[in-house]
Amino acid sequence: MNVAPENYVALSAVLFFIGVVGVIARRNPLIMLMSIELLFNAANLALVTYARAWVNNAGHIFAFLVITVAAAEAAIGLAIVAVTFRKEPFVDVDEVSALRG
Amino acid sequence: MIAFWILALLMIASAVFTVTARRPVHSVVGLLVNFIALAATYLTLQAEFLAVMQIVVYSGAILILFVFVIALLSSGVRPFDVGPDRMPRILVPAVVFAVLTLAGITVTALHTPVTVLQTTPTNGTTGDAGAFGSVANFGVALFADNLLAFEVTAFILMVAVIGVVLIAGDEGPGGVVRRRPKRVIKREPILKARPPSPELVEGSG
Repeated sequence: MNVAPENYVALSAVLFFIGVVGVIARRNPLIMLMSIELLFNAANLALVTYARAWVNNAGHIFAFLVITVAAAEAAIGLAIVAVTFRKEPFVDVDEVSALRG
Repeated sequence: MIAFWILALLMIASAVFTVTARRPVHSVVGLLVNFIALAATYLTLQAEFLAVMQIVVYSGAILILFVFVIALLSSGVRPFDVGPDRMPRILVPAVVFAVLTLAGITVTALHTPVTVLQTTPTNGTTGDAGAFGSVANFGVALFADNLLAFEVTAFILMVAVIGVVLIAGDEGPGGVVRRRPKRVIKREPILKARPPSPELVEGSG
């Protein structure tokens, strides 16, 4: 590895930062879900970086698990979005009350 | 060395574009660039299998799911777009919170003694069969050492499939609300015209 692992981890942190801003500041649920995917990817980058730094496969296994969870989350989140906003001309998470307990 | 910085700039730019784009389709394109750049970054970290899986699962499956949902929702009368965003109002607290997160992660990362270990040699170079991060290496780690993680993966996917069918299927909340009144209206005249006989009621149910 020519580049120090700190650079990779800093890149991961910056991507996480951008994703957090997206989740907090946007109100379109699709873009919020995409920002959550950015968060998953940032975590994966850190995991793979540490796996390479310590030459340990466990990080890869964790990243594999995270990809699976991301796929499940995207499927369920998009299903909820599709059901909730099927008839709405505009999409706004602030106006959703159907999932209130 | 140069590849990392190019990929890093590409990933940050595409992530910013994803978050700030007005239309979700543009966000999907930005996210696609981000995922491919991340896959290339995985290659520089000798994670070949994860790089391939990143492209197949994320770019091939999850993004297509996003595109499908966008197409499904935008098939209405008006073009699919959002109302006023919270971006201007909440941008300052969001940036403050996110900078704190960034600082926390960075401080934690810089205090981790990784630098000592970064010159650790790996068994073989990228591309060799059985090298670190190759398919064979990953397969042994997944199926021999971490079999439980693999089974948990299968369980997670099964729960996700059941959840999606329950939420978005025909018998879901939307389907029931839409279809129940129709059936009641259709059956009421029949039941009124014919006095209830046990066989008919059972057979029609």
